Amino acid sequence: MASYSTNEFKGGLKVMLDGDPCSIVENEFVKPGKGQAFNRVKLRNLKTGRVWERTFRSGESLEAADVMDREMQYLYNDGEFFHFMEPETFEQHQASSDAVGDAAKWLKEQDLYTVTLYNGAPLAVTPPNHVILKITDTDPGVRGDTAQGGTKPATLATGAVVKVPLFLEIGETIKVDTRTGEYLGRAKEE
Amino acid sequence: MTADHWHPSATIEALRQRAALLAKIRHFFYQRRVLEVEVPVLSQRATSDPHIESITAEYSGVSTYLATSPEFGLKRLLAAGMGDCYSLGKAFRQGEAGRRHNPEFTLLEWYRCGWDDRRLMLEVAELLGLLLGISRVQTLSYRALFLRELQLDPHSASDKELAACVRRTIALSFIPADRAECLDLLMSHRLEPAMGEGITLLHDFPAHQAALAKVVADEQGTPVARRFEAYVGGLELANGYWELTDSAEQLRRFQADLQYRRTRGRPTPPFDERLLLALQAGMPECAGVALGVDRLMMLAGGYGSIEEVIAFPIARA
Repeated sequence: MASYSTNEFKGGLKVMLDGDPCSIVENEFVKPGKGQAFNRVKLRNLKTGRVWERTFRSGESLEAADVMDREMQYLYNDGEFFHFMEPETFEQHQASSDAVGDAAKWLKEQDLYTVTLYNGAPLAVTPPNHVILKITDTDPGVRGDTAQGGTKPATLATGAVVKVPLFLEIGETIKVDTRTGEYLGRAKEE
Repeated sequence: MTADHWHPSATIEALRQRAALLAKIRHFFYQRRVLEVEVPVLSQRATSDPHIESITAEYSGVSTYLATSPEFGLKRLLAAGMGDCYSLGKAFRQGEAGRRHNPEFTLLEWYRCGWDDRRLMLEVAELLGLLLGISRVQTLSYRALFLRELQLDPHSASDKELAACVRRTIALSFIPADRAECLDLLMSHRLEPAMGEGITLLHDFPAHQAALAKVVADEQGTPVARRFEAYVGGLELANGYWELTDSAEQLRRFQADLQYRRTRGRPTPPFDERLLLALQAGMPECAGVALGVDRLMMLAGGYGSIEEVIAFPIARA
């Protein structure tokens, strides 16, 4: 496996640290004019999601992690595993609920997600920033109340619950930001 | 390479501010009768500083080096009777790139004959005050800053105590090799961020960090380097010395640097024996300081990264 030196560290690079695959978040070169050079690095542990801070001597290197991001179609959940498929090769992968994590509530069959593979097995699943989903349950809409700005909870087709304006009805399709769970607007069915 | 890479990374507005800043610097020295001079950027000799690497070039089949600072050229001019002088030009350092570093950068370096580090430090604060509109200045010794922030005396603490302090507060991927490395780690990780707003003038460094400064006993009898650094809001801007004028001592330091480099497998470029000859001929007692102009520009314009104040940083150069 290749390795990377601190001067190659940049956001998104995948490396091994303490036996775990990590993604570099930030790399800051620090050097007193007359002193030694260090790199202060922030890395996200891809297994736990925790961010580590670590200082390296400039020029030190870390082994590359066999981690890659692939666009995959979500197929179904068999009660234990979530099944994904690579659209070009039709190769299928099963992801544990640990790997899927919070993304589970945004998974809609046939849609595309980023699946992070570590040594060939799913390690994490990331939904697109914006998804379009149908409301399956919410209190009846309140007409003519659009100016009030009140909200109510609505359950979406994937099980996620988000806050929506009062006027929305069951069966309507909305656009949601998966990073914040925020309602962005009505959407046309795609 | 994206199509946008022909474009400067600094805005036109930032480059205008930069031109105004350079003009103010030149005016400051013109008023004080400090003369602008030029010294070689391409040289047959290189720095021996243990932690600064030169970029090599080739001239007519001979290895040459891009200057990491104008120091040797300026000192040779001082020995030749130039008097107070400064250089405002480019310097180059291998491997230094980041939010606060570009391998090619602009350095202002000036010398004051008959002055010591204490007096020059005040002139640095005056210049910074003028260019940045900052009036708050704290002046303290390297020891005082360590005591204030870490309750540790950097000169008398044992190697063990220093290593324990590092281990307790900084997550490292390696074990510090020695006392010098511990002090550098504490400085960059703990002390610079704790300096606070305003100008900080830090003086009396440990003797092993003397570089080209005189080493003199402080009021507690500890031999300290008569060297200072100026910071603004924890950002290192300038490094100055009460200059070493003793050629024999200068030679010993060159040799010690090269020995340090050899044992670590680092390059050992030829040191500047012309500087030694100049010191033998007699360089006036003086103080000198080098100030990073790109960082000064970052502070003057409120920019967060060096790329925002340089038209074409290395990635676009």
